[in-house]
Amino acid sequence: MATTEPNLVDSIRARPGLTLVVAFGVLLLVDLVAKLAGISVGPLGGSLSTGRLGSNLWNGIVIGLVIGLAGIGLSMTYSILSFANFSHGDLVSTGAFTGWGIAFLIAAFGEQPIRALLSVRGAGNVSPGEIGAHVLSTPVAVLVGLVAAFVITAVVSLALDRTFYKPMRDRDGISLLIASIGVALVVRYVIQFVYGSSRRGVTATVDASNLVIPATGLSINAHQLTILVAAIGLMLAMHFMLQHTKLGTAMRAMADNKDLALVTGIPAERVVTATWILGGGLAGASGYLYVLLRGTIQFDFGWLLLLLMFAAVILGGIGSVYGAIAGGLVIGVVFTTSTIWIPSDFNEAAVFAVMIAVLLVRPEGIFGGVSTA
Amino acid sequence: MSSDTPDTSDLPEDTDVADDEPEANDSAVEEAAKRVPSGVPLRVEGLVKQFGGVTAVDGASFEVERGSLTGLIGPNGAGKSTTFNCITGVHEATAGNIYFKNEDITGMEPYQIAQKGLVRTFQIARELGGMSVLENLMLAPKNQIGESAIRSVTPGLRGGVIEEEAEIRERAWETLEFFEIEHLATENAENLSGGQRKLLEMARALMTDPEMVLLDEPLAGVNPTLEEKLLDRIHRLREDDYTFLLVEHDMNVIMNNCEHVIVMHQGNVLAEGTGEEIRNDERVIEAYLGEDV
Amino acid sequence: MTDRETGANTPDPTPDGGTDPTPDGDEDGGEPESATGAVIDALRENDLGLVITTLLLVYAGATLLTFTDGLNSVFGLMRTLTFLGLVYALSALALNLHWGYTGLFNIGVAGFMAVGVYTMGIVVRSPDPAFGPPGFGLPLPVGIIAGMAAAALIGLLAALPALRLKADYLAIVTLGLSEIIRLTLQSSAFDTFLRDTIGVGTGGGRGMGMPSNPVRELFLVDGRAGDPTAFGELVFGTVGEGGLGIANNIVVGWGYVLVLAVFLVGFYVLLERLGHSPFGRNLKAIREDELVADSLGKNVDLIKIKVFMIGCALMGLAGILWFGSQGNVSPTPQFMPLLTFYVFVAVIIGGSGSNTGSVIGGIVFAAVLFEGPRRAGSAVRGIIDAPTPQSFADAVVSLDPVAFLAFATDNVAPLQFIFLGLVLILIMHRRPDGLLGDRIETASAVDLSERSRGGDHDE
Repeated sequence: MATTEPNLVDSIRARPGLTLVVAFGVLLLVDLVAKLAGISVGPLGGSLSTGRLGSNLWNGIVIGLVIGLAGIGLSMTYSILSFANFSHGDLVSTGAFTGWGIAFLIAAFGEQPIRALLSVRGAGNVSPGEIGAHVLSTPVAVLVGLVAAFVITAVVSLALDRTFYKPMRDRDGISLLIASIGVALVVRYVIQFVYGSSRRGVTATVDASNLVIPATGLSINAHQLTILVAAIGLMLAMHFMLQHTKLGTAMRAMADNKDLALVTGIPAERVVTATWILGGGLAGASGYLYVLLRGTIQFDFGWLLLLLMFAAVILGGIGSVYGAIAGGLVIGVVFTTSTIWIPSDFNEAAVFAVMIAVLLVRPEGIFGGVSTA
Repeated sequence: MSSDTPDTSDLPEDTDVADDEPEANDSAVEEAAKRVPSGVPLRVEGLVKQFGGVTAVDGASFEVERGSLTGLIGPNGAGKSTTFNCITGVHEATAGNIYFKNEDITGMEPYQIAQKGLVRTFQIARELGGMSVLENLMLAPKNQIGESAIRSVTPGLRGGVIEEEAEIRERAWETLEFFEIEHLATENAENLSGGQRKLLEMARALMTDPEMVLLDEPLAGVNPTLEEKLLDRIHRLREDDYTFLLVEHDMNVIMNNCEHVIVMHQGNVLAEGTGEEIRNDERVIEAYLGEDV
Repeated sequence: MTDRETGANTPDPTPDGGTDPTPDGDEDGGEPESATGAVIDALRENDLGLVITTLLLVYAGATLLTFTDGLNSVFGLMRTLTFLGLVYALSALALNLHWGYTGLFNIGVAGFMAVGVYTMGIVVRSPDPAFGPPGFGLPLPVGIIAGMAAAALIGLLAALPALRLKADYLAIVTLGLSEIIRLTLQSSAFDTFLRDTIGVGTGGGRGMGMPSNPVRELFLVDGRAGDPTAFGELVFGTVGEGGLGIANNIVVGWGYVLVLAVFLVGFYVLLERLGHSPFGRNLKAIREDELVADSLGKNVDLIKIKVFMIGCALMGLAGILWFGSQGNVSPTPQFMPLLTFYVFVAVIIGGSGSNTGSVIGGIVFAAVLFEGPRRAGSAVRGIIDAPTPQSFADAVVSLDPVAFLAFATDNVAPLQFIFLGLVLILIMHRRPDGLLGDRIETASAVDLSERSRGGDHDE
């Protein structure tokens, strides 16, 4: 009989896919170190400044936080309502458009026509500079816009649930998934109909909005910092809610084992309502923050982000809120640092490839299988 | 270790013969079964199955004789179902070996095991709901030439497929008649009653032309009339040289029908013997019968 | 049973079907309760009749919409609708093999189509870089086969590891794969890489021109307008500008539609044969319960790989027939995931699992959901005599319903998608089996309602 003691050879034999992925990761790491040191050995190495790596990492973290924040809601619907919600990306867009409409209204009320402000420059001829929305010049407007994005998207997602998903609550995950594709189309094109299809600038430019960290040469702008603070704040609030409130416990129980939770008398519909409010709200807030980061908005940007969110959620293990955040960070960093190795028009493809690799090698997610919610 | 050199003596024997013989003398068939060296189609040796840290089966060993109706009983959690799933390839055994017709089938996929003539039914009947009863049955036969996509679509070759389909259809009808459910032939399987589903499962398993059938609680949730019918069919099939391993909860069913009984307890084989021997076994009474009888 | 059935037939025929609750109505041999019911039942029995009726209804609608504009408008619109209906039907049939028959939730259709059409383009295009992205310069049939093979190969790559994934994970993986394919084709770095290594190109974001359509060359020498072949002369002289007066390019378009129709028949026969066979029975069993198929000795993984490859090859071919005839292909927006959803909607409308349903779903989708709203929108816009507001906000602020209608009809594209989404949701709510989903397609090469006559006296 063979020994039950696990050794390296056995584990390689047992998980060839995982081994391959790990080996590839190690190779990249070695190459990265070589690049930083400016050594070239055959195809490996080359040159890379710490400054570029630093800014890649920093940008990756900021994007990752936004994706992770959006992923929380996706992960929650997946675990509590048991379906992959393809309309989640369009909730992200919903938050961005409605939130920025409010932010514009506050930033330039009385100075510019209201229709141009509420439509996020869909109507009228007003430039972003004339509106002047920026966290340094109009902090209140930007903050209220964030809150509005959360609230309005929460209301919208609850309304979508009541209209479209509630009548089919007891159906299988695939039927709901297909219905969510329909909902995604409805939401996305209502946005296009109302706000127009053009890609346009949103934030104004403000002098001296960059903070340069001396030793590294790393440049951090005010909006990135805002996102860092807002995203982490929302995540902490979410953590507190899940761990220390009755509702949070009920949600975790539902995510963990639906049948058991129902037997023990958890108010299922209330948990579902809370899921849509929180998940939708966070999606809206993250969409708003994403526009703050990018400075531009377009009706289908949330949909285009959906696969990245799925990647984050899958990476972190479906159903895990912390996994979604961690997954988002990984996705963000892969997204920005992969350009060190591959052409920049391939970085999105690289992220999807990472997602597929994780699904195949470790479907429970790299952080999954430990804790839920 | 002895399995490395396959025992060739049992290979020439094929079991199909009993099917079409006009009047197979029951005792003659049983006699023949006893003479063949491969009298033990299924042998389980030191089977261990662990789930994480929990040991569900802990070194179980037993044999099933050819042409027998062997019963496998034990209290809940004794490891019957896990043993069953290891034999059929659904679970991978942690340790130990399973031999079917002297061939080591440990670690094979379920379909490979079924291909070798060892077929199972499910505790909770798994009918293919969206397919008719006839389709359910016609699915089962092994190595249908029409299972090749190319043969199914190529003009010159499809004729053969259609011919074979007609034969399979006829066999399916005969099997339905044997189980007296031919009136359900075109019904969708999801419309069947619980008992009818159990009959369908057994009929479907037989359509694979198996040598041995593993029945996982075939009588659970079946009304007494149907139960009698099912048992009658099992006995008739046994006379046709089929081997059965029956997992059952109901002690009486096992005692009254199986000539050989294996009792499992805490993942191991506690006792083996005839119904009478088991009934009088102190350990069994202690572990299992004490509660009910 | 028989008492109830005959009992259900004898009462006086109620004029409006549906009020008479006969539970046996949908069973085999159950008689329809009303005249309309009888017509629908008769149509259902005849699949070809059903398809032709659908097409005729579409044509009637197209004629109503355009007859005032003359013959060319009518035949032009009919050609467009038939073309779209056929290509959607082809794609839906291929997807139905995955989703309807086997339950494989593949939402990477756009990617597999792109692989097919791009491979065909690369294989057939001239090696001379002066004409854009260079290719291998091989004959068209080679290109078509290579395109199908490449799509099947990518399908194999996707299927191998995806076999064990749950349906929703498979969906995300295939969607991700189709996006990887699109982004790769979009990438100029990939284009450069191919040019440097094997001397062919994709054209990156600008896309590539498609080889000339052999159907067009059948009518016109080298495809040049105004230079008809002998065959072209004959046809143009009878139905074209020299005869009935239909514009020659519309006649050529109809020629290609006929070719598509032949391919559709081919797809249909192929898939019907696959479905009505032991192979199809295995697919159905996998859809219903994988473990049962496995326990009955079916090599489920191998069957899934086979069916994935066959379906992907057909998607590749559908992509070639569709986009290969469109002059130029580019990864965006042609092969966005939206294309996959269109095909999905077509399958769902027709009812997954039914080949006839997929054909009808494709035609209905193309006419009613895809092309219809645009035409209807522009027709309505044509009769509104008001300027279009600049934006939705302007339209609302104007407080003028006519101005709002003008805005809506001028921006019919988003409304069309909203309508599409609502239809999808409605189908999932009300008729999850699709319009024809309650049809029972038996997976067998022989009729299961009767026993073989030969068997009775033979044995």
